[in-house]
Amino acid sequence: MTGFIFPNEGVIEWDLLIVIYPYITGLVAGAFVVSSLYHVFGLTRLKPVARFSLITALAFLLVTPLPLVVHLGRPERALEMFLTPNLTSAMSAFGYIWFFYLIILVAEVWLVFRPDIVRYASSSEGTRKTVYTALALGMNTLTEESLTVDRRLIKVLSFIGIPVAFLLHGYVGFIFGAVKANPWWSTPLMPIIFLLSAIVSGIALLIVVYLIVTRLRRAEVEHRCFHFMALWLGGFLTVGVVLEGLEVFSMLYEQEESWQIISQLLTQRIAFTYFGIQFVLGSLLPLLLLAATALFKMEERFKTGLAFLSSVLVLIGVFAMRWNVVIGGQLISKSLRGFTSYAPPLWGLNGIVVASIILLLPFIVLAVLIYFIPPWQEEIKPPERRGLGYRASGLR
Amino acid sequence: MKISRRDFIKIGAKGLLAGVAFSSVPFLLQGLVKNSSRAIAADGGGLERHNWGFICDNEKCIGCGRCVVACKKENKVPWEPEFNRTWVERYIITEDEKIYVDSPNAGRDGFQDFPPKLDVPESEVWKSFFVPKLCNQCHRPPCVTVCPVGATYQTHDGVVLIDQDHCIGCRYCIQACPYGARFFLPELGVVDKCTWCYHRINRGLIPACVEVCPVGARIFGDLNDPAGTLKTTLAQKRFYVLKPELGTEPKVSYIGFEKGVY
Ligand code: SF4
Ligand code: SF4
Repeated sequence: MTGFIFPNEGVIEWDLLIVIYPYITGLVAGAFVVSSLYHVFGLTRLKPVARFSLITALAFLLVTPLPLVVHLGRPERALEMFLTPNLTSAMSAFGYIWFFYLIILVAEVWLVFRPDIVRYASSSEGTRKTVYTALALGMNTLTEESLTVDRRLIKVLSFIGIPVAFLLHGYVGFIFGAVKANPWWSTPLMPIIFLLSAIVSGIALLIVVYLIVTRLRRAEVEHRCFHFMALWLGGFLTVGVVLEGLEVFSMLYEQEESWQIISQLLTQRIAFTYFGIQFVLGSLLPLLLLAATALFKMEERFKTGLAFLSSVLVLIGVFAMRWNVVIGGQLISKSLRGFTSYAPPLWGLNGIVVASIILLLPFIVLAVLIYFIPPWQEEIKPPERRGLGYRASGLR
Repeated sequence: MKISRRDFIKIGAKGLLAGVAFSSVPFLLQGLVKNSSRAIAADGGGLERHNWGFICDNEKCIGCGRCVVACKKENKVPWEPEFNRTWVERYIITEDEKIYVDSPNAGRDGFQDFPPKLDVPESEVWKSFFVPKLCNQCHRPPCVTVCPVGATYQTHDGVVLIDQDHCIGCRYCIQACPYGARFFLPELGVVDKCTWCYHRINRGLIPACVEVCPVGARIFGDLNDPAGTLKTTLAQKRFYVLKPELGTEPKVSYIGFEKGVY
């Protein structure tokens, strides 16, 4: 603590768990956008990851409410958000938007994977057969006609899905942006900044996970698709960085009363995570690397490596951005005269360990999903019953 | 029976709609009942007869901290200095117009044992004064707007309360209050704040802090009562509110306001 803070401000109330919450929803939105670029906008180069991005979005969406519920002082009352919503609260919409989006996503995943599921149901036996038969929900026809209907529905769903995904994440930005009491949060740009960083982080995640899983499967990396994703990453990243810069620049230029404390926040309190990680390491460096891959001739392997590295950096940078917003905003005292301090504890419900476990969960869910409904399209065979490991991906 | 997928989706959608509609009936009924029964003040009549208001007189406050202690006792606020429904701040302005603020233990133990640890030589102090703080019971309270479950609400006589049996402990309201009036009770997992001693004012008493203030720096009263002390004091004095630019319309008015007090 430095300077003067109001006596009640000694504790950071929205801690690490609330940092990872927008991080996760952002990944959902971003992954979904990639799948929609294929399903709605027909960017066929993304076909190899279209199905994969869809189940990635689902895996992360399933985990989204967890950090929120764990963070509640009274988690057992969490359902009150559904039962007695106060509609003027941005937060009360979370449950509904999340649920609506879940329905859309599950329906879309089901439609996309239905042909596979039906095939598995007829070719496997025992419990597996039961599972797949149940998953098929009795819709076993795979005629050209029924598949056309499926495709149309998929298109409609991804079409509805885009605004809902944007809503899910843009609204997270709104939760912060609409707090007029907090000068570091209160800007109408916040939802848009959150959205762009969400898309950026989602694409980066897909690049990273796609490359790792492909290596594990010992399959070929689809270079065209891979670099296409990297290109989109670079594009969205540029817009994102410009917007974030614009936000701070206008604060600097307007020189409102609160600027003094905000400039202290940026230069003293979160200088490392803000300038160091969010801007240099997580934005500028990956932009330069991506530009290099696009501009210079280099070996394919090297190029892939650089795009991978950029994506990892972007993922770190976006995490830092969430941190700088959520924690940074609370470090400022509302007396505008001082700062609280915060270091996340290692143990405990809101500690680093629990947060890491929550961040790891979607990957486990994703592995399970890949095991049951492999998204790769080179071959469609019922997954063999093997131990875990890369074979769990159900291929080869 | 063989159902086509189209039918399946149709039936599913209808079922879902019906389910949602049906399950909301009890809440609708509840809402009707709630809205139809008028709350009655203890002195008879509807709550809306009153419109409570508050004055803090910075010119009178001596920083003794008795209000902080009385509040903690009256409202079972934890004794530790991180939990406060009300507190007292000390402002020290130096000759070169630098402003220093502190509030040791939230003013609970007074200020006499606390020479300012602010590196201000006494000779340079230009002026100094105390500012009592508490919930402003904003007329347009942002804390009420953001509460996702409606656990924070405004009464008809203009006080903002928290239903601690309903609060889910999300702490959005703490972020939304521009005045730092709210705090989290880790033991209960819910939020707490000043109620202007709602249980007392409802019975015709005055809030505990007002009761114990030895110099009358805190005045409580009814804004609807033109002859009351509150209204007459406001009529005689220039007063101001905290952070009016945020549009919260605070109902604690400060006499002896000074630039730099937020
Ligand atoms: S002072 Fe804070 S807690 Fe009190 S009514 Fe206003 S916003 Fe709500
Ligand atoms: S902490 Fe309780 S009172 Fe505050 S916004 Fe959340 S539910 Fe409402």
